[in-house]
Amino acid sequence: MRSHLVKYPEERKRSALVPLLFIVQRERGWIDNPGVNFLAKFLDIEVTDVWETATFYSMFNMHPIGRHHIQICKTLSCKIMGEPDITEHICSKLGIKPGETTEDGKFTVSLVECLGSCGTAPMMQIGFDYHEDLTIEKVDKILDECG
Amino acid sequence: MHVADGHTLKVYKDHGGYKALEKALKMEPAAVIDEVKKSALRGRGGAGFPTGMKWSFVPKDNPKPKYIVCNADESEPGTFKDRYLLERDPHALIEGMAIAGWALGSKTGYIYYRGEYRYLIDIMDRALAEAREAGMLGTNILGTGFDFDLHTQTGAGAYICGEETALLNSLEGLRGHPRMKPPFPAIAGLYACPTVVNNVETLTAVPQIINMGGEVWQKLGTEKSGGTKLWSVSGHVKKPGVYELPMGYADMEKFIFEDCGGMLRDDKKLKAVIPGGSSVYIMNTGQILGKNVTMDYEGLVAAGSMVGSGGFVVMDETVDIMESTKNLSEFYKHESCGWCTPCREGTDWLVKIFNRIADGGGRPEDAQLMLDICDNMEGKSFCPLADAAAWPVQSAIRQFPDDFKEWLMKKTAARELAANI
Repeated sequence: MRSHLVKYPEERKRSALVPLLFIVQRERGWIDNPGVNFLAKFLDIEVTDVWETATFYSMFNMHPIGRHHIQICKTLSCKIMGEPDITEHICSKLGIKPGETTEDGKFTVSLVECLGSCGTAPMMQIGFDYHEDLTIEKVDKILDECG
Repeated sequence: MHVADGHTLKVYKDHGGYKALEKALKMEPAAVIDEVKKSALRGRGGAGFPTGMKWSFVPKDNPKPKYIVCNADESEPGTFKDRYLLERDPHALIEGMAIAGWALGSKTGYIYYRGEYRYLIDIMDRALAEAREAGMLGTNILGTGFDFDLHTQTGAGAYICGEETALLNSLEGLRGHPRMKPPFPAIAGLYACPTVVNNVETLTAVPQIINMGGEVWQKLGTEKSGGTKLWSVSGHVKKPGVYELPMGYADMEKFIFEDCGGMLRDDKKLKAVIPGGSSVYIMNTGQILGKNVTMDYEGLVAAGSMVGSGGFVVMDETVDIMESTKNLSEFYKHESCGWCTPCREGTDWLVKIFNRIADGGGRPEDAQLMLDICDNMEGKSFCPLADAAAWPVQSAIRQFPDDFKEWLMKKTAARELAANI
């Protein structure tokens, strides 16, 4: 965490807040109270300052999610290139709707806005991995490979 | 053209990399800015502001530190060109930023990515380490006494952070709300210090400009829009991808039907094109076919749209324009930061009307109501997000009036049918 602080002027530690929130999310699974309290102390800012920033950004999970977070891009290029079929297939296979988590806690499915893979649409992101030019067969293979 | 291992220092140097930095460091900073002015390079993030002019706004006598910030928060629907530059040509960005640092008297730069491009940070961090090792970054660069270093930082999923002042707030650990301008970042940007924020494509053009000379680079394009431009092509064409074209390329029809391979399905006709990312006017075929539309800032404005970020989305006749516009309105509703009332309320209201029509509750006056809402959003917020949200809706209604009427009637008819059942 300290490697992030050296990027900014000493009196501007708050600049490291977003990268450090990602570390909290990676370690805790989501942005929880102990993680936020720790960051506030670490950066010498108010707890509300941390919440104020964390709640603004869509990549921070404000509640626990599944081990594999499937984010399907629903924006224009993906939509016209077959996103609705991909979403329907994934949700039907996992037995959940977008926004839900499977009972075993393995998968969460989210519909998200443009992820910058428009030329290789449709696509989804699982964790930080991009999966592009999706077909039903390709989706099945990717999901089967999720441990 | 994809050069194998182009992201490595060795391959970059084999292709003449870092020669521009050597050359720039032998020039006076003001002379470097002059070359950029002569090049007629305009910001490639979407606004198209002349880069040399932006650089010249940075005060020379300000005692505060000066910052160079690369805007790599590419989140515009249809746009993915910067991602390819970061992935395949990271040293060009590093070299461009170092030259900018020299020209503007800066010692520190930040590359701000969208958070979802996490894998690119590893590529860039490796390139930064290589550049430092080779003496292209850090202290006493190339033995000239010039000190400059770069750091990476990520956003966390907010389109608004592509707006330069919202990006600066995010870089300071705050919500990505845009700031009131003036003061412009060149006077009071990051930490209230003079700051230049440039897009990835803009900064990667700088080494070419210094190598060739501004005038030669300008002549690759037009008088007012120098050089080349990257277009990210998606949708219903056979060959989607990133294309580099000279500014002023004629014409758009040829680009779609020859360069991009034509329509994805041969039996489907072209219906619409968004030439510059989702925040520009949607064009119908009457504005494109047989019109010799020139692909540059002036040509696209004359044709009724804009260059924007260069996110070129092609739609065939199977696409429901109103569904597509609803999709874009949902995007803007989601991405509005909520700071300004016209944007926050306007984007939400547009989506509500689209949903009401889709649910069968359409009214004949809805088209005019939506245009009125757009008029009350346009130019009435801190940043251009409200404009960006209004323009697709305005153009969908004005350029595709029959589609809007048909959509309204179809959805209303469906409600009446359902009621009878």
